[in-house]
Amino acid sequence: MFNKRINWLYVYLVIYLIFLYLPMFLLPMFAFNDSTTIAFPLKGFTFKWFTLLPEIDAMIQSVYNSLIIAISTSIIATTLGMCAARAWARYQFPGKSGIIGLIMIPLVLPEIVVAVSLLVVLLNFGVTLNLWTIVLGHVLIATPFCTAILTSAFLNLDESLEEASLDLGETRFTTFRLVVLPLVTPGIIASLIIAFMISLDEFIIAFFLTGTEPTLPVYLYSQLRFPAKLPIVMSLGTILLMLSLILVTTAEYFRRRGIHKSSLDQKDIGGTL
Amino acid sequence: MNKKISKFANFLKGGSGSGLILIMPPFLYSILLLAVPLIAIFSFSFWSQNYLEIDRTFSLNNYKAAWTDIIYQTLMLRSLWVSAASTFVTVVLAYPIAYYISFYVPQGKKALWIFLITIPFWTSYLIRIFLWKVILGYNGVFNSALLTTGIIDEPLTFILYNVNAIIITLSHGWAPFAILPIFVSLERIDRSLMEASNDLGETPLMTFLRVTLPLSMPGVIASSLIVFIPTIGDYITPKLVGGSNGLMIANMIQLQFLKANNAPLGAALAISAMAIVGMIAIIFVLINRKHLKAR
Repeated sequence: MFNKRINWLYVYLVIYLIFLYLPMFLLPMFAFNDSTTIAFPLKGFTFKWFTLLPEIDAMIQSVYNSLIIAISTSIIATTLGMCAARAWARYQFPGKSGIIGLIMIPLVLPEIVVAVSLLVVLLNFGVTLNLWTIVLGHVLIATPFCTAILTSAFLNLDESLEEASLDLGETRFTTFRLVVLPLVTPGIIASLIIAFMISLDEFIIAFFLTGTEPTLPVYLYSQLRFPAKLPIVMSLGTILLMLSLILVTTAEYFRRRGIHKSSLDQKDIGGTL
Repeated sequence: MNKKISKFANFLKGGSGSGLILIMPPFLYSILLLAVPLIAIFSFSFWSQNYLEIDRTFSLNNYKAAWTDIIYQTLMLRSLWVSAASTFVTVVLAYPIAYYISFYVPQGKKALWIFLITIPFWTSYLIRIFLWKVILGYNGVFNSALLTTGIIDEPLTFILYNVNAIIITLSHGWAPFAILPIFVSLERIDRSLMEASNDLGETPLMTFLRVTLPLSMPGVIASSLIVFIPTIGDYITPKLVGGSNGLMIANMIQLQFLKANNAPLGAALAISAMAIVGMIAIIFVLINRKHLKAR
């Protein structure tokens, strides 16, 4: 009887994994499919859509915009996340849980609320919407993720290493630079990558706060209405997927190395998410 | 009292002082770009807009419209029920997966499995939703597969451009967010409790119902909230796969802000939606209070 239960669970697991991976497998199929319609049966293999990609200037421009936003977001959110994570992991101060709570709130706030409230304030102050207004919003939603990743990196750090460094005559600053920073570097890299990915894929906030220069998701959204362009969108999606997989695998590698490096036999739970 | 004094002493020594200084940049950022905008949109919801002019006299008219107008009522109720149904389906589908990884996967492989679960999540959000449209459509992947295998004679039409499609798409998109918290709470369960239950003569099913499930409830509650709250604000999924009868409150908020030029009404709708969702979340946690306390 026990055996049978495992089997059913296993069957369910396989079906569920197919459900999870289905869109991801279909994407490259349509990207290499020699047909203008996104449907089965597949017609034949082609690289055509990939070669057409560089010719669409608006798409290239939107990729460029998204990269600027994602890189800026990633750096700013990781910097803010480091401050928050260090304070969270190392210090006690009045109002700590309230302050941390406020920083983490965007995790549970519907993105549309963040988007409209920022829009109202920015427009009221007469700010012209541009790439940087999107960065402001993206930093807000990426910082909680960075804080969470970096806090676990700082918590895994053995405090006695810092004490030893201070006892041996290093200042607080040099201790941080020479002892703490190298040990949390894997966490920092993971945080940079995750923030980059969140920003690159974010649509709702970008849609509200975008000025005349669309980000890639905003551009893609406008193109979904034109069936003729869909195969090209699929090929771009495939390239993005490959890029994401490489980045996320790298992030996961560094996150785990970080856990091993400063390992206090901490159980590895949670994943990069 | 003592605690307060020692805290103050600590502050003077620089312990909490440096903590406060350190947390200032992210804190100020959140104040300026989160707290202030939220307060602004709250006050905005009591104003009114006439084309581009904002009238700042206090009025409850926006809320009156948001709560009594039949269109907004319908959209709000539909959003709540679609989000609740999506949350339920997502969590119920996710639970066995978390259970499998926690109980049947060897310790060293667990992180890898969790990673496997999160990979599909990194396909572009928009493209993923669009692909669900392709999968569920009249000539879609799902229908073609069923037709060629002879399971059905005519394409199924109840799976695209309606609430079902929204639920399927959302339970795909939010899967990792549901699996992770449940997995974490299952990991925390002391395995000897299950052995004890078995030794005392309970069947595996009863052990699950009386020991494992109650102890994993904190994870189930966390997953439910993590999925439920943001799905209320999703307007892409309803727009792309929901069809004309699948529009939700977020679509209306977006419309008021970007098309109808009635930001105050949009603000009132957003605040109302958040208030209702917040209330539901609190009630949900209160109902399940006993599961959260016992630890």
